[in-house]
Amino acid sequence: MSNTAANLVALNTIVRREIVRIVRIWTQTLIPPAITMTLYFVIFGKLIGSRIGTIQGGFSYMQYIVPGLVMMSVINNCYANISSSFFGAKFSRAVEEMLVSPMPNWVILLGYVTGAVARGLVVGAMVLGIALLFTSLHVAHPFITFLSVLLGATIFSLAGFVNAVYAKKFDDIALVPTFILTPLTYLGGVFYSVKMLSEPWQAISHANPILYMVNAFRFGVLGISDVDVGVAFVVMLGFVVGLSIVALQLLKRGVGLRS
Amino acid sequence: MTSTPALVVDNLRKTYSNGVEALKGISLTVQPGDFFALLGPNGAGKSTLIGILSSLVNSSGGDAQVFGVSVNKQRSEAMRLIGLVPQEINFNQFEKPFDICVNEAGFYGIPRKIAAERAEKYLKELRLWDKAQMQARTLSGGMKRRLMIARAMMNEPKLLILDEPTAGVDIEIRRSMWQFVSGINAAGTTVILTTHYLEEAESLCRNIAIIDHGTIIENTSMKRLLATLDVETFVLDVAAMPDELPSLPGVTLRRRDEHMLEAEMARSHDLNSLFAALSTHGIMVTSMRNKTNRLEELFVRLVEGGRNGKEQAA
Repeated sequence: MSNTAANLVALNTIVRREIVRIVRIWTQTLIPPAITMTLYFVIFGKLIGSRIGTIQGGFSYMQYIVPGLVMMSVINNCYANISSSFFGAKFSRAVEEMLVSPMPNWVILLGYVTGAVARGLVVGAMVLGIALLFTSLHVAHPFITFLSVLLGATIFSLAGFVNAVYAKKFDDIALVPTFILTPLTYLGGVFYSVKMLSEPWQAISHANPILYMVNAFRFGVLGISDVDVGVAFVVMLGFVVGLSIVALQLLKRGVGLRS
Repeated sequence: MTSTPALVVDNLRKTYSNGVEALKGISLTVQPGDFFALLGPNGAGKSTLIGILSSLVNSSGGDAQVFGVSVNKQRSEAMRLIGLVPQEINFNQFEKPFDICVNEAGFYGIPRKIAAERAEKYLKELRLWDKAQMQARTLSGGMKRRLMIARAMMNEPKLLILDEPTAGVDIEIRRSMWQFVSGINAAGTTVILTTHYLEEAESLCRNIAIIDHGTIIENTSMKRLLATLDVETFVLDVAAMPDELPSLPGVTLRRRDEHMLEAEMARSHDLNSLFAALSTHGIMVTSMRNKTNRLEELFVRLVEGGRNGKEQAA
């Protein structure tokens, strides 16, 4: 059997195992984001949003926040999936099954990222489905919509993987979502347009990578964006490449994995 | 024509980040088809050596070759040849034994259909087939150990490394495990075993290396090592104990209790003359056994001898 064929079997094994895990613990992986986002739509979209009226480009507040909330749930679920799954494997030492195998490091990384992206996309689709119960949407640019959500999911899967590699205890995988991910998400234009901010806050907001993901996705769905979509894709691709290099280097050096 | 050794360890060194020098440049060779014992006290460097061979530990110097394939330079190719049964339980306890085995095969690039056939074969051989669809965490300690052997067999390795596989396992399961591993070895798989049960090593292994403080202090055949044991002590159960023990040439007798004697004698001394001499003094032997396992006696001597030598040198 050629190396390529063997690597594909190995990759398929990791992805399959990750998906089985997501389905096995569906009450932890799929239901909570659906409940949380339903509450967001009811409270922010319906109750408060009805008093705000249109916000930008003639869209209602509910329509405006849908792309941001979808992206937010995708990002959070990708990050949570890979960090808990990979750290769990480290903690139980089950990761050694992969480390002693002939599998190259890129297969391990790609397998975990694919599993996390799969969960992110399923949750994103669920949230979008729930949103359609409250409002109507016409996807302006389907390809940009898909590409931006795919890149956003990949970025936060890679970031979650790096976090899991460094983590020594379960607390360590909760620190980043609590102190970095959540504030950046809320300040990344999910609920508002950064154009509403005065300087220097508007300029500072452009240092937030989530702003680019949310706006690229919003452009795909609604056709409006606070940032240049081309720049947004360059930023996202830059993060994918940069984080992939970091994650592969960590695996190569065996940081937190090999003595 | 000479065959490629199953394992060549060449000047392997490991110093951990905290400064502990676990391996101080060890070298050894294991021939194909061998059943090789790697013994040593706790902290001697056995698990570090196994960790390097299985690529879980990065070496600080030297190299190891598995059937001529360098662990450092051709990691993937070398790992295809090795099966590892680690000391600690290291599978996902929420998965089923069947899935654990099939996934392991998948990591080695073995297609799912073949993996499923092998999982059935090895789980049956290790008497785990009826537990194949249960969560692994519900298995007993012995079953978990056997599951790790089944898992290690999924890539049908040429070199099987067992790191204390019977720790905490009851005697019956231990015997069934050794029966399985002996069968694998007889079929051609080279086996390296570390264990603290020295009678296991003595009865199973043909060659042996003893590590202490990161260096090899003995590396020879089991037969040759046991032949170096010059004195043996036997425990004799006797029908009745005389008031005074006789003095026998070449034998030191000690009373343990009213019905038990210890006889320490050179291995060259034959047992028939001992029994005859005891009989003439009215001592009837009803049964006898070795005081300690022969390998255990040698092991303690070698390890303690090495330490005393170091203390004197210091």
